[in-house]
Amino acid sequence: MPAFTSEYEMVIGLEVHVELKTKTKIFCSCPTDFGAEPNTHVCPVCMGLPGSLPVLNRKVVEYAVKAGLATGCTIARYSKQDRKNYFYPDLPKAYQISQYDLPLCEHGHLDIETSAGPKRIGITRIHIEEDAGKLVHDGGGTYIDCNRCGVPLIEIVSEPDIRSAEEAVAYLQKLRATILYTGISDCRMQEGSLRCDVNLSVHKPGEPFGTRTEMKNLNSFQFIQKAIEYEYRRQVEALEAGETVVQETRRFDEKTGKTFSMRRKEDADDYRYFPDPDLAPIEVGEEQLSGWEASIPALPDARKARYVQDFGLSAYDAEKLTASPEIADYFEAACALTAYPRQAANLILTEVFRLMASGGDDLREIPVSPAHLARLVTMAADGQINSSTGKKVLDELWKNGDRDPVAYVREHDLMQLSDPVLLERLVDEAIARNPKAIADFKKGKTNALKSLVGQVMGKTGGRANPVIVQQLVDQKAARS
Amino acid sequence: MNAKEITSLSLRQLSDCLRSGELTAVQAAEAYLASIRENDPSIRAYLSILEEKAMGQAAETDRRRARGETLSPLAGVPVGIKDNICTKGVTTTCASRMLEQFIPPYNAHVIEKLEEAGAVTLGKLNMDEFAMGSSTENSFFQITHNPRDPSRVPGGSSGGSAAAVAANEAAFALGSDTGGSIRQPAAFCGVVGMKPTYGTVSRYGLIAFASSLDQIGPLTRDVADSAMVMDCIAGHDSRDSTSIRMDKLPYASQLGQDIRGIKIALPEEFFGEGLSEDVRKGIQLAARRFQDLGAEIVRVSMPALTHALPAYYIISSAEASSNLARFDGIRYGYRSPDYEDISSLYKNSRSEGFGEEVKRRIMLGTFALSSGYYDAYYKKALQVRTLITRDYSRIFAACDCILSPVAPTTAYKIGEKTANPLEMYLGDIYTVPVNIAGLPGLSMPCGAAADGLPVGMQLIGPAFSEPLLYRVGYAYETDCQPS
Repeated sequence: MPAFTSEYEMVIGLEVHVELKTKTKIFCSCPTDFGAEPNTHVCPVCMGLPGSLPVLNRKVVEYAVKAGLATGCTIARYSKQDRKNYFYPDLPKAYQISQYDLPLCEHGHLDIETSAGPKRIGITRIHIEEDAGKLVHDGGGTYIDCNRCGVPLIEIVSEPDIRSAEEAVAYLQKLRATILYTGISDCRMQEGSLRCDVNLSVHKPGEPFGTRTEMKNLNSFQFIQKAIEYEYRRQVEALEAGETVVQETRRFDEKTGKTFSMRRKEDADDYRYFPDPDLAPIEVGEEQLSGWEASIPALPDARKARYVQDFGLSAYDAEKLTASPEIADYFEAACALTAYPRQAANLILTEVFRLMASGGDDLREIPVSPAHLARLVTMAADGQINSSTGKKVLDELWKNGDRDPVAYVREHDLMQLSDPVLLERLVDEAIARNPKAIADFKKGKTNALKSLVGQVMGKTGGRANPVIVQQLVDQKAARS
Repeated sequence: MNAKEITSLSLRQLSDCLRSGELTAVQAAEAYLASIRENDPSIRAYLSILEEKAMGQAAETDRRRARGETLSPLAGVPVGIKDNICTKGVTTTCASRMLEQFIPPYNAHVIEKLEEAGAVTLGKLNMDEFAMGSSTENSFFQITHNPRDPSRVPGGSSGGSAAAVAANEAAFALGSDTGGSIRQPAAFCGVVGMKPTYGTVSRYGLIAFASSLDQIGPLTRDVADSAMVMDCIAGHDSRDSTSIRMDKLPYASQLGQDIRGIKIALPEEFFGEGLSEDVRKGIQLAARRFQDLGAEIVRVSMPALTHALPAYYIISSAEASSNLARFDGIRYGYRSPDYEDISSLYKNSRSEGFGEEVKRRIMLGTFALSSGYYDAYYKKALQVRTLITRDYSRIFAACDCILSPVAPTTAYKIGEKTANPLEMYLGDIYTVPVNIAGLPGLSMPCGAAADGLPVGMQLIGPAFSEPLLYRVGYAYETDCQPS
């Protein structure tokens, strides 16, 4: 389905919640591990039992500050925590401890690559808060699992600088990459450790921003893209029909791909934020800050710049390769062992990404070692094997066990055949069997020669050098 | 010694008898349980009596002593606990229908301290529901009577604690003080109550009313006893972020030093309209006595005090509205049998589970924090808080402590003020500024009114001046005793 377009421009701001991978929760010493039996990682504090009190886990401050430093934010030397009051069964204290007017980090940005070139997206603020529990609807009843209560989160609020679904996804991927590099979160969208709220409005360029709606808790890049596309179209069609867009929270339905009204602004809670009297202000000292700053490894942009400069990669490809530290580390390890970094980049961006379950979204370990990938790249670049053999060997190593590709190629006799005498003989045989191909070619069917090349490739079990075969076929056809 | 003699000993005397072997912890516990059986049907201080638990703890303490272990001065001493302090496995109700069945799975920090010391827990004491009130008449369960005159209130909210100590139903008790809830009932019942500096005693396990004001403290027969209890319960606790990280102060060790040259301030604002003649006289006599003991009385002014009461009711109610939001009928506590959806479950459970005064404060606090009113109320109240703190600092730059009334009157009749909450609030005028500034306040008897009811005075000092307050109070107390 072609994307819906109109003269309206969409304006998007994103609020991203990221679970921090501290060992313990934000205000108690319960573990944060995902997937435990319900209500086993709980204590009086995270259950909000009467009389219990929160004590801030300093690691949470460190991690949030690192996120701020990695996104160019100003770090507040003095900030505080506030209570956000509302009733909901998954919120045991009936307030969430968050930050209101003095967040830890402010005024940052991220640079993204889009098909139209680079763009800078502003980050308004990053603050720390506690996660709520989970409601489990089962049979006739609803159950509460408090394991997630008090798991530390950072909320990263962007400026309304995003103008398309593509930019939104590029921003999220960049944000995810940046956070993964700092090591403060796993950013696993399926497990909910990275969740996104989309604020979207539409307007005609030059006119003021329109009324925005909010779509909450989107947990895959695909859903975010779909939700944005649907909501953009819905708002434009409403305006075109002379209706108004109402400020409200909308729910994206994953099955239908549509958004539905959840709650109007006039029904919205008054959260009655006020400073939490149980907690002291958060102070970040100079020494602490510089220590944390020094511990942040090279970020995606630094590596990206190096790939463009040293390896001659495009900015777009370099951005993709730096999407996670694991991929970038893998790429760099392979590059150290081959003289062909661009070819290595190509093989990773095409074949390795294809072989990884969800196109680079799920960062499982790559089963082929970088050394073996490097040898494969070198063999292909040196013409010892052709590119389709290269793909086949990678596939084999990936699925049936990693081993030295040079030995594998030798054992299975997959070396590329580049001997012109042998190839010429095979080409002649193919032409002799298919006189029609040459005849068609002469009638102007340029594609007719392809079958000849294909036959030679087939005859050699895919090992023939396709470039030489093509040249030979072209020469013969021209002469006949 | 018979049971009556045992229960009329001060904590210090009892502790000495236990240490010397003149008494066993089991004898002490039996004597106090007998006293409760005899007196509490008319006083009604206790919400629950833990006879079995107490006898077990007493026997264990006796065993430890027999083994020759070095024990705390509180070992074997029977204590009553205000029912907003969590006791593991023992119902902790806050005198509310909401928590009628609530059994905490953990002990408050102060309970851990007392149990480590070997103190014997007699039971849980009545209070105003969620510590909101000044007469203990806001308890969902029962009215506590003042042992000095059973037709009168014991004060509140720690009315059960004060009454139990005054009626010899506990050697000492723990209370909590958010705006005077230890000091005022101590004054009404003629016992000693200490509201420590904010952050001195861990709030971990104290069911919060107003987190920035609440402090746990002791109610005792005399000043020396109070210092002994503070020695046990004060100190840093990493589970309370507002607990102060500092070495323990020498609460009991400065007792007996003279008070010559000590400067005691008398703020003129405390002696204006509303103060009864009995209390005024009591304070004036006390001031004269301090002078006789060598102290200097300095008349001062604290203009910001006039705003203390409204600021207190805004801050405490705002925090309470949030602290009490967790009582929603979902996970524990009272749930209305009558609901159709989540919204009516919340509404009906909270409407039926909370009493009138608690609901009034929740609404007041919710309003004060609402968008559009926050700046005019809550923020303003915080500014007043700064001004009051500054007023105190100014006075303490020139004086060592302040002498003031605890309450405008002596104990009033049961039912006398229940119809008019505002009048009840006005009774907190002398105590709330101390909580607002986080300072220590010692409430102790200073004679009797014309009708024989006890009059209380309050000594207020800078943060962490409890040792000085005890020294001054002890000097007064020993001077009063016929020797």
